Amino acid sequence: MRGITKRYPGVVANDHIDLQVRRGEIHALLGENGAGKSTLMNILYGLAEPDEGEILLDGAPVTIHGPVDAIRRGISMVHQHFMLVPVLSVAENILLGDERMANPIFLDRAGAHVRIRELGRQFGFIVDPEARVGSLSVGWQQRVEILKALYRSAQILVLDEPTAVLTPQETREIFNVLRQLTTELRTSIIFISHKLNEVLEIADRITVIRRGRVVGTRLPGETTEEDLAELMVGRDVELSVDRGESSPGDAVLAVEDVRVADDRGHEVVHGVTFDVRAGEIFGIAGVAGNGQDELVEAITGLRRVTSGRISLQGRHVSGASPRQLHQAGVGFVPADRHRYGLVLSFPITDNLVLNDYYGPPYARGLVRDDDAILEHANAAIAEYDVRTPSATVPAGTLSGGNQQKCVVARELDRDLRLLVLDQPTRGLDVGSIEFIHRQAVDRRNDGTAILLVSAELDEVLELADRIGVLYRGEMVAVLDARTADREEIGLLMATGGKLSVDEATRDMRVDLESPA
Amino acid sequence: MSGAPAASAVRRPRSLLARLVSLSIVPLAAVLGGLFVGGVIIFVSGFATGEVDPLLPFAAYGSLLQGAFGSVRGVLFTIVTATPLILGGMAVGLGFKAGLFNIGAQGQFLMGAMASAGVGAAVAGAPPLVAIPVAVAAGALLGAAWGFIPGALKAWTGAHEVVTTIMLNFIAGALIGYLITGPLEAPGFSFSRTGPLGNAELPTLFGSTVHLGVLIAFGLVPIIWWLLWRTTIGFEIRTVGANPDAARYAGMRPALITILTMSLCGLLAGLAGAGQILGISHFMNASYGTSIGFDSISVALLGRAHPVGITLAALLFGAMRAGSGLMQIQADIPVEIIDVIQATILLFLAADVLVRRILRVRAPSAGPEELQTVTKTYGQGAV
Amino acid sequence: MEALYGIPVLGVLFQFLGYVIDVTPGIAPIVVGLAAPIALGALCGVMNERSGVVNIGIEGMMLAAAFAGFLAAGLWQQAFGGAEIGPWGATPALVVGVLAAIAVAVLLSVLHAWLCVTLAADQIISGTIINIAALGLTGYLNRLLISPNPRLGAGTFSSFNLPREVEDFPVVGWILDMFLSQGPIAMSVIVLVVVLQILLFRSRWGLRTRAVGEHPRAADTVGINVIGLRYRNVIVGGVFAGLAGAYLTLEGTGSFQNGMTAGRGFIALAAVIFGRWTPIGAWAGALLFAFSGAFGQAVRIRPPGADYPDLGAVMGAIPTQVYGALPYIMTIVILAGVVGRSIAPAAVGKPYTKESKAG
Repeated sequence: MRGITKRYPGVVANDHIDLQVRRGEIHALLGENGAGKSTLMNILYGLAEPDEGEILLDGAPVTIHGPVDAIRRGISMVHQHFMLVPVLSVAENILLGDERMANPIFLDRAGAHVRIRELGRQFGFIVDPEARVGSLSVGWQQRVEILKALYRSAQILVLDEPTAVLTPQETREIFNVLRQLTTELRTSIIFISHKLNEVLEIADRITVIRRGRVVGTRLPGETTEEDLAELMVGRDVELSVDRGESSPGDAVLAVEDVRVADDRGHEVVHGVTFDVRAGEIFGIAGVAGNGQDELVEAITGLRRVTSGRISLQGRHVSGASPRQLHQAGVGFVPADRHRYGLVLSFPITDNLVLNDYYGPPYARGLVRDDDAILEHANAAIAEYDVRTPSATVPAGTLSGGNQQKCVVARELDRDLRLLVLDQPTRGLDVGSIEFIHRQAVDRRNDGTAILLVSAELDEVLELADRIGVLYRGEMVAVLDARTADREEIGLLMATGGKLSVDEATRDMRVDLESPA
Repeated sequence: MSGAPAASAVRRPRSLLARLVSLSIVPLAAVLGGLFVGGVIIFVSGFATGEVDPLLPFAAYGSLLQGAFGSVRGVLFTIVTATPLILGGMAVGLGFKAGLFNIGAQGQFLMGAMASAGVGAAVAGAPPLVAIPVAVAAGALLGAAWGFIPGALKAWTGAHEVVTTIMLNFIAGALIGYLITGPLEAPGFSFSRTGPLGNAELPTLFGSTVHLGVLIAFGLVPIIWWLLWRTTIGFEIRTVGANPDAARYAGMRPALITILTMSLCGLLAGLAGAGQILGISHFMNASYGTSIGFDSISVALLGRAHPVGITLAALLFGAMRAGSGLMQIQADIPVEIIDVIQATILLFLAADVLVRRILRVRAPSAGPEELQTVTKTYGQGAV
Repeated sequence: MEALYGIPVLGVLFQFLGYVIDVTPGIAPIVVGLAAPIALGALCGVMNERSGVVNIGIEGMMLAAAFAGFLAAGLWQQAFGGAEIGPWGATPALVVGVLAAIAVAVLLSVLHAWLCVTLAADQIISGTIINIAALGLTGYLNRLLISPNPRLGAGTFSSFNLPREVEDFPVVGWILDMFLSQGPIAMSVIVLVVVLQILLFRSRWGLRTRAVGEHPRAADTVGINVIGLRYRNVIVGGVFAGLAGAYLTLEGTGSFQNGMTAGRGFIALAAVIFGRWTPIGAWAGALLFAFSGAFGQAVRIRPPGADYPDLGAVMGAIPTQVYGALPYIMTIVILAGVVGRSIAPAAVGKPYTKESKAG
């Protein structure tokens, strides 16, 4: 790819980017969230049209107007947010767009099933082509995505943040598959990531992107994590927050044998027990989709528990509403800030009083006090360093990091007993991540109990004082963060300590079995 | 992000006039487009009736204008005709603000009209100070009840209001057919109708057609605006409309707000029905017809669900309805052409992306943004 | 069963069941006929919603098609006349009418697709516009063209008559009678439902349609033309809505009245939800709603009082308007009871735009 430029209103996502990938190599594309990696790959895959620049394949310039062109030229992509249809089967998802037909009208399902099983076997997986993709774990969904690429005999395979949701063991498993691909099939792989250690481990060459520009290319043997980090962010970064020692007090939140059902009425949290003490960060580690969302919703009053007991400073709060919990000193930074945290079409002023608009000083009786609301917003914008032209612009016009600062400002700017942070830094740039981590640690030091839920094991390891591992709706272990071992937690996340890693990552049928 | 000070200079609040122009340019273009297409249809219709005359559209619109604004009587008639549209438009527009599509203004209007007619006849002998409030309240309350049903169904079961409100319109029709040929039928008339209203009739101003209901409707415009933008309930309604998930997270109760808003919508539509019966027709018969349902939707969309916009749109459609009678007499154009013009206006509104491209303006979208919530909740479960 | 009729309250319920069982064979062909426009409307809904488009304009499409079919058939009959040319009493005028009905509904569905798919306008508003425009235009043209011409019309298709011997066969007889004693459009519904059901779950088109309705971006990334497929499906849906309209004026009644669809397009939407977005399920829903409509007729033709005195007393007290409103009440009840448990295609109502701002 040569001189690729892509502009969006207000941003240059790619600024004359050159990228060269050789046959059979794993080429890592390293950069922060928002640096322009995904845009570049979307251009390669035909999902976006470049404003300038050209793409060359085997030396010849090609134009790629859409995924059809890309697929025809042997390019496949595994997107960060999987492009799988949950209600369709594994086979249907793999076939989609490249269907095997038994006759002009009907699909050849039997033939496709045989081919998919074979393909799996080649890479050491046992695949059930009839399983519904929506019922698979995240790790298996990713394997289905890779099978999809293999089914189309990809020459160039792009993987966008493939390890973001995986355990260390699963990551290693995927790396093995990638190596097998490059050696046996001479596939070229573009590996997009912001994780330094992984890039060093898997890549043959590394290209670093910052703010839409290529800032350097390195060979793994000739560089270090510190060097890469500086290239990626453009300044010295502290790779971890200095969180100091914690001095936990009494339990603030106590969760006892709590069971929670999902929207369809299936129980997804099976009797979880733990507590969070004042002045400590309790981290919940787990692969996405193991009951974290429902557990958090139950704790914050958004979902009813089917049985069990949640108490806050000794008071029973299982049936309490979000407002009652808010009044009792619970702050909550939700995982999906667009869906829950903010009303994007509303001005920042309204968003900053979203959950205490109804009483003094923001309202007298039924009548809102706009002056008080504006005054509060201006103060919060200054204190939490929200970069915005004014307090009255819609929240949707802010960058992701500034939107999250608004949510944090609203939730932290008062006297708290318990703070629930659900994926607080997902998709943010390094600066915002640092800011939010610092806020969390400061709050802990002030004696607030903090519950941190994150699918990123590294974030949990970095911040938490104690770590609970959630696997298929069960808390399979609670560990002391000082002595916890990354490998051990990864194993618990992947298997709950109940199966061997081999079984779980090789046989889809094991994945589909619900826990006893 | 480093450009924050520069950006604030660019984003300086624009003058009120500039904002008004930007807000109204697409609706204005849509109205002109609708009138143009209507003119073309009138001209083409000439081929079917054998009166091909390129000036016919002008003659038609001329008599329309004359009928609506040509005399003091005409202007007053326009205002009186616009009155139920203001209330109906707000009944739909308020729903939009909460992310609800109230296609049931028709049924709520009819139930309100029926209740006022029935109760009004029953209290006809009471002093006006008692009879009028009672009859008006009866209409408003039954309208509210007819709005409560789809609100509760959506809140508790997830049944989408787009289907349930339409069904309730038909059920209202059947119910009225039964009541007016049965329990509410007054003796001594050659056809089935409710009894005389006596003291429950709304007083009119200076012997004109302008009745008390007109004042109530215009008085409610600033009240609804105040409710939406100056009170905490209004904030809850708008939050639920913009993002029901965030509303729930913030401790609001979307189910409750949905029910409350639908009931309020029904109340406004019911009030419109009460005004028409108590102020104009003075009785109700079994085949009482109205085009209020779709007119209200058009008014709410054209007025961008804002009380002031709704008032302007209602006056426009009121003028068209008021003038269409003279147009039919003078130019022999069926009054149904107004429906066609209305639909065309809406078409241009919906295609606002295209309209803006043609006009080369960057006006905001012409539809209420909460519409996304209406569509998103289609096929979903309870709120 | 008769032994149970004496029990208070519950007995009336059993009598009611007995009455329903008694009258069902008699009204079955009426039910299948009444269900035809609802079922066709529902097939239109399935085609739209399975590919991620909400279409609340089915009512308007049906109405416009009914009008166009009636007008075209009538004008053709007036201009050219023409004798029977095929089964079901088909005349050239009737065939032209059906084609005109389909053409108009397809035109409106192209408008819907253009607004929703190309311009990414709000889908519910687009449907509302179609409803308002159809009501307005048909009302206007009805006044202009049909009212001054009261003798306009081309009659209707006739029903196929099952031989007497087959009809008298126990059980099988009335089931055959129910489905086969129909006009051509009502009978085509059965075929369309079955074919569509098979194609949706077994063909390439079906797989792609389901994918586009659930996760259009995923479909796009494997090279499926999301926009094109949505257009195609919305337009084919328009054909079904056109047939539904043609049924109303050319097979059902032989005349046109303003607003004669009477909410059938919306009942069809409820049938889609009831049938969990499958053609067969939607048809079952349509039959259920049609049964509630035909029940009123059954009560009029064969009052329950004769065989079931208690039931007769209870039902006699119910005003006739209730029977008229029964399909609407039924729709609300079914919708309230079913909707929480059936899940719509995930992308319904969301316009698809190809390029998104990605980091």
